[in-house]
Amino acid sequence: MIDFGFGLARSSAVELDKVDLSLYKELERLEPGIRKCIACGSCSATCTAGPWSGMSVRKLILNLQRGKDVSGMLSACMLCGKCSIVCPRGINTRQLILSLCRIYDNK
Amino acid sequence: MIYQGKQKIWSEYQKGIPSDGWFYVRSCIRQNFFPASEKFFLGICRDTLGHDIYETKHHTTCGGIAYHSDAIPQETAMTIVARQFALMKEAGYKNLVTSCITSFGNYTEILETWREFPELETRIREKLWEATRREFDKPEYVAHASDLVYKFRNEIAERAAHRLVDVHTGRPLRIVEHIGCHYSKMFPHKGIGGAEYPCVLSGMVESWGGEVIDYPERRHCCGFGFRQYMVKANRGYSLSNTHKKFESMEPFRPDAIITNCPGCPYFLDRWQYVIAEQTGKTYGSNGFGIPVFTYEELAGLILGIDPWDLGLQIHQVAVEPLLDKMGVPYNPGTKYLGLNEKDIMRPGLPSALKCF
Repeated sequence: MIDFGFGLARSSAVELDKVDLSLYKELERLEPGIRKCIACGSCSATCTAGPWSGMSVRKLILNLQRGKDVSGMLSACMLCGKCSIVCPRGINTRQLILSLCRIYDNK
Repeated sequence: MIYQGKQKIWSEYQKGIPSDGWFYVRSCIRQNFFPASEKFFLGICRDTLGHDIYETKHHTTCGGIAYHSDAIPQETAMTIVARQFALMKEAGYKNLVTSCITSFGNYTEILETWREFPELETRIREKLWEATRREFDKPEYVAHASDLVYKFRNEIAERAAHRLVDVHTGRPLRIVEHIGCHYSKMFPHKGIGGAEYPCVLSGMVESWGGEVIDYPERRHCCGFGFRQYMVKANRGYSLSNTHKKFESMEPFRPDAIITNCPGCPYFLDRWQYVIAEQTGKTYGSNGFGIPVFTYEELAGLILGIDPWDLGLQIHQVAVEPLLDKMGVPYNPGTKYLGLNEKDIMRPGLPSALKCF
């Protein structure tokens, strides 16, 4: 192969027809409130762990909807529950994270 | 219903294009990339169709390439453009037609800036006078050369020696049309059909018998982007843009691509070689690429001009598969013979992309 000194960038496109959404579907079954998320980011803005760990409930839900693995992010959560207090849609995000931990434990 | 909607939008984005009295300014780079395109624009529109188009050897670059590469400020580009207007005035012409899409965008942007800030126009007039003792009038019409070919498309179709039809099956050839970003994305009302549904190239394709392909990334940039290509470390962005377009158009199995910008045909053509070398993937049939043409080259083929006179041997992607489909006669033995049968040498062959 010729080295041109540059190459194709990896595509960031998500083909929703091809990704595995089984994790999100299972969580949706246990926590139907996840459907109410409007991705406002209030949870992420108030997260104590966010600034130093990269924890973000908004990003976690988005990644689940795109079929991505989120186990690394889960371990940063301190379960303080501030995200649940500020959610304008009343989603129990703390419970949502616990349920997601259980799904991973059962795998 | 949707088609009617597009037709309605097109009708709102039409612009006046006089048939005659045009002052032609060339591109700084097209003669290197596609050496016969500008010659045949004049040959077809002026000599074959008999329209009044004038060019002078004294005109220069419009400065657009340096302006978009952050090498010169806009005031410098304005003074260069003012000099072109002065040459047009001295030649007795009032309509400006540009070969280059970026020139078209540059002239349009400058005229719009002067309309918003008349004091800037006054200052540029003073600078031009100080530097060259010239005065200028603003053009009544500014058009891109593809606008003129679009206007004359039916005249060309009447004289057609070949059509965009597979002569073996009678099937209309599937053509991807790619419009340069500076044509109408900056000033939609300056382009035929606006920014979303420009019909400047699709109109030509339909008049000449082809079928236009509508694919998801149709309006995506080719990837040139000036800074993306000119800085080597950024060329991956340029390549990835082109790759995205080819991945999107591939399922529609296009027979050819037609473009109206200096950069787009170059990158859509050459990057097919780089993609093939890096990934082994080719987008045409049987290991060939998808041939890419300027609108002048395609008009030349329609009118029966010899492919090698049109400079098609300079393309990276082999054009022969399309010539065979259209029934255009060509002599493989004279492909690399230039003027007076001078040997212009054969290029090295790629390892993955099939070429002759």
